[in-house]
This record gives sequence, C-alpha cells and structure tokens, in this order.
Amino acid sequence: MRRLTTACLAALILAAPALTPALAQEARGPLRIEITDGVIEPVPIALSEFVTSSMQGQAMVQDMLGVIRNDLEGTGLFRAIGREAFISPVTNFDSPVAYADWKTINAQALVTGQLEHTGDQITVKFRLFDIFSEQQLGEGLQFSGRPDGWRRIAHKVADAIYSRITGEGPYFDSRVVYVAETGPKDARVKRLAIMDQDGANVKYLTDGRDLVIAPRISPDNTRVLYTSYSSGFPHIYEMNLNSLSVTAVDDQPGSMTFSPRYAPDGRAILFSFEQGGNTDLYRLDLGSGSRTRLSDAASIETAPSFSPDGRQIVFESDRSGAPQLYVMPAGGGEPKRISFGAGRYGTPVWSPKGDYIAFTKQNQGRFHIGVMRPDGSEERLLTAAFLDEAPTWAPNGRVLMFTRETPGSGGAAQIYSVDITGRNLQRVPTEGSGSDPAWSALMK
Amino acid sequence: MNRIASLGLVAALALTAACSNRADNLSGSSDLAGDRYGYGSGTGAGGIANPASAAYFQAQVGDRVLFPVDQSSLTAEARGILDGQARWLSSNPSFSAVIEGHADEQGTREYNLALGARRASAVYDYLVSRGIPSSRLRTVSYGKERPIEVCSEESCYAKNRRAVTSVSSGAGV
Repeated sequence: MRRLTTACLAALILAAPALTPALAQEARGPLRIEITDGVIEPVPIALSEFVTSSMQGQAMVQDMLGVIRNDLEGTGLFRAIGREAFISPVTNFDSPVAYADWKTINAQALVTGQLEHTGDQITVKFRLFDIFSEQQLGEGLQFSGRPDGWRRIAHKVADAIYSRITGEGPYFDSRVVYVAETGPKDARVKRLAIMDQDGANVKYLTDGRDLVIAPRISPDNTRVLYTSYSSGFPHIYEMNLNSLSVTAVDDQPGSMTFSPRYAPDGRAILFSFEQGGNTDLYRLDLGSGSRTRLSDAASIETAPSFSPDGRQIVFESDRSGAPQLYVMPAGGGEPKRISFGAGRYGTPVWSPKGDYIAFTKQNQGRFHIGVMRPDGSEERLLTAAFLDEAPTWAPNGRVLMFTRETPGSGGAAQIYSVDITGRNLQRVPTEGSGSDPAWSALMK
Repeated sequence: MNRIASLGLVAALALTAACSNRADNLSGSSDLAGDRYGYGSGTGAGGIANPASAAYFQAQVGDRVLFPVDQSSLTAEARGILDGQARWLSSNPSFSAVIEGHADEQGTREYNLALGARRASAVYDYLVSRGIPSSRLRTVSYGKERPIEVCSEESCYAKNRRAVTSVSSGAGV
C-alpha cells in the first residue's frame, strides 16, 4: 500500500498582507465562540470563493470549500452563508475587505483564499476576518502539498478557522480507525478500517476472515493495536499502517489478551490479560518486551487508559460487585474508585487535554456516554440509547465518537459523534455499519 | 514478547480445534441443530447415530450450559449437563474440547469478553474436577461477539449467556 500520508504540508506565515491586523480591539472584542457555553445559534460565516486562475483550480476550490463547510457546520457552531447572498465577490486575495457588504448579509466571519495549482503542487493561502470588529483574526496562512492531498489542506484551513474562533485545538485533519461491520447480527463479519474523521478515504486493513475488535491508533498515527481471533483465540496484534505488516504483541497459548491502549509516548501499552477465567491489567514495553503486572485481583480488571501525562491509569473493575471506574498510578498501586453513581461504568478514556474522563454507563436498561472529572466529580451524561459504548476523544478533547447499536434482529452498529456539552449528536458517515472508533492524533 | 513475521505463521500453527470455531465453517454436519458458527460440528467422523461423534455429543449429551445475568457460577442444571459431558469425554479419550464462553449484548465489549472467559473457565474447572485431563481442554471467550439468538429480549439473552463445549477428535488442544 502507498504511504497514507500523501501531502507534504508546509505552513508558513504570509508576508505582510495588505491589511495590517488591528492591534487595538474594539470594545466588543474579537469574535469568539465558547464551546462550553452551550451555543444554540451557529455563527454565520461567509466562505468566499478562493481566487484561482486555472480551470482545474476552480473545480478544486469548489471541492475544498465543500470540505471546509462540512467540517465547520459539522461542529454545530457555524452556519455557512449561501453564496447567492454575497454582495461583492472577492476577486483579488489582497484587496481590502468590503466589511459593509458582509455586515449587510449578517456574516460574522469571512474567509478569503487563493489557490495556485502548478504542475505537481497546490498552494492555498487564506485569511480569516471578524466582520463586526473589522479585523483579521490571526495571520494569513499558507499550505502547500500535492494535488491529491487537497482534502487534508482543506481540513487544515477549517482547523485554523475553528481554532481561531473557538480557542480550542484543531481536530479536522485527523483519522479514525474503526471496525467495519457487514452481515446479520448472528453472522457478523468485521474488518479493520481507517478513514478521515469526516468519513472520506476509507481503507480496509483486514479482509474479514478473522474476527477483529477494538482497534487503537498509536500517538504518531503509524501503528494500530487490535484484538484478533486469527489464531482461534483472542490476542493483541499490532499493524504497521505503512507496510500493513502485522506483529503478535502477546499471544501466549492458554491465555487471552485484549483491550490494549497505547501510552502517550507510544512506546508502551496497557492491556488485559486473562488466564483461568481471571482478567488483570498488564503493561508492556514495546521496545524491550518487558511485561509488568499492574493488578492482581480475582475481579475483572479491563479497559485501561493512560492519563495524557502518562502518570496515571483509569480502568474498569468489578471488584465492588459491579463494574466501576478506578484510577491508579501508572506503575500499579492502590486504585481509587472514582465512579459512584447508580449503574455500571465501563470503557473509561482519559481526554487528551486531561480535564475529563469519558465512559460508558449502563443503567436501568439504557446505555449512556458520559464524562466526569478525573476525580469523579461533575459527572454528566451526554447520550442515552439502547446501546451506546466505547467513547474515543477527538485530538482536541472537545468531541467524542462512540458506537451506537440498534436493538433487535436487525440491530446494527453505527459510529456517532457528540461534543462534550452533549450537543450536536451526529452520525459519522461510514460505508455500511461501523463500531469501535479510535480517533487519531492530529496528522503531522 | 513473541514477535513473528506475519499472521500467516500464526494461521499455519493454529490449533486444529480452532477450525470448528470459524464462522465460515458452516458446512459440517449442518443438518443438526446448533447454529451458524458451526459449534459442535467438529471434525469427528460419523453422524448423530454414532455415540462417538461430535454430532452425538452436541445433540444427545448437550454441548452447552446457560448462565444467569452477569453470573459465571454453574446452576444445578448446568452441573447435570456437564456431568454428562465429563462422562462422554471420559469414554471418548481421543476427543479434546474448546470451551467457548459467551455473553448477551447487555454490557460493554471488554467486560463481556472477560465475563465470557469466566464462564468458560467455570466449565473448564468443573470438567477437570470430574476427571477430564486439562491437557484436553482449552477455553476461549467470544464476549458478545457471537450471539445465536438475535432479539433484544430476555428470551434471546438467556440463550446467548452460554458456554459451549466444542469437541473434536484427533490432535489435542
């Protein structure tokens, strides 16, 4: 397989734009969306045609604007204003912005851009303007890459717009590893797959012959851990995303290994090891192969996840009689229970920002995706359905994807996303059914 | 850590017993009751009329026991079935068994894998206590990955919370 990274992207600050960014803020302050405010009304944004000279370029501009619009509107925070409402088309990237024309159509933000398409390279420059305070938001940016990397460039533009207006980290230029599902409930075929976070560029990584579950992508986005029944018994394997070569991680006969997760530095993993019916947590150093037992109890210990600083582990255990969430030092030690609400808690995942732990909760016949602080406080349920499980964090720690499965004989799994306020529940477009999403870090 | 070059090697080394676990192995003795995962279809020769066949074991001895919600302890009924399994395995020493633990769909994938392992292990321990050499037995958990009943009601869940003893003759496990 061709290397997954096709575009070599370079970002650089544009030299002296025609408009000097205003130093003094108006009393109103610059445009800013606070995600935690629970925004009801999306911000109207004008995505002007990117200026381009070639016919080829014009088609690509339409495609890129479509991706940017889809990214921004998909957050629920933005609404792209229809182009038919525009009063004055932008024909020169360096011309002064006609703020009055954009105010008239109630645009609060404006994006202008330029696309150069020369031979084997495209270069996109863009600027973002706050219409009401009449100032540019941040410097102009430029991204270059091969023409077939146009989607990534569009995601990077959308990421810059999103970050500048929300103050949150970017996440559109990222991928999702998941399990693509086909077939009826009692004869389901599962294949590992990887796609862009918006559902584009799907690639299947396994052929469906072996049952595979719960993939995790390495922090550098080059490797995938997953559990496969290829030997007839569930064991953890690691796949190199460039070569697609597969390595057994821990496949001792007479045992079962599952629920792996990378350390923040990608050099160690946590996983569950089962022998004689008892499941405990282990840590494996991928370089040396040295293995450390982290728990030793008759109860089930599974679904471990590192804190982003690598110093703590959150996991699920039924030592109290029912599955609950616990935090312990990364080297093992006395676990501290953090979940105390009614119901059963599982699959905890520490946010990449460190501020929340997402989890699955099962209570009174319903499943929920929820978040709580790492000390267990401020528990908040974001979803409710017949079966929701397995949350995974966007690189910026502000959006979650998870699996939602419908009930009954025709039941099927789909991947959904929701933001940490519980707003903007959306189905993530996949070819057919999908489950067990694992959101990558931002692409390099 | 056991690093190997490719999965092909693992497949080549795979235990023969595993073949009966595969979803694509639907052809073997499919006239029988059972399910589309080929449980119990085994590799043993002979049909249901042959008491030394996997088919007989599945249909006449009973290849599965059921569990209450979130439990892995054996009911009196389950122990009765397992006593029969132990007797059959004792009189058919060329057979080995893979015990497959399963859960219903209520619960997370990870927890159900661990729960299925507990159930398989409970059956394993019982058979060993009845004199079956542990060298003839292996366990595997499928968690909630392999339901045989697809409705989302207790009538189906009750049948999915199971441990299935899948016997095959020839090579040991």
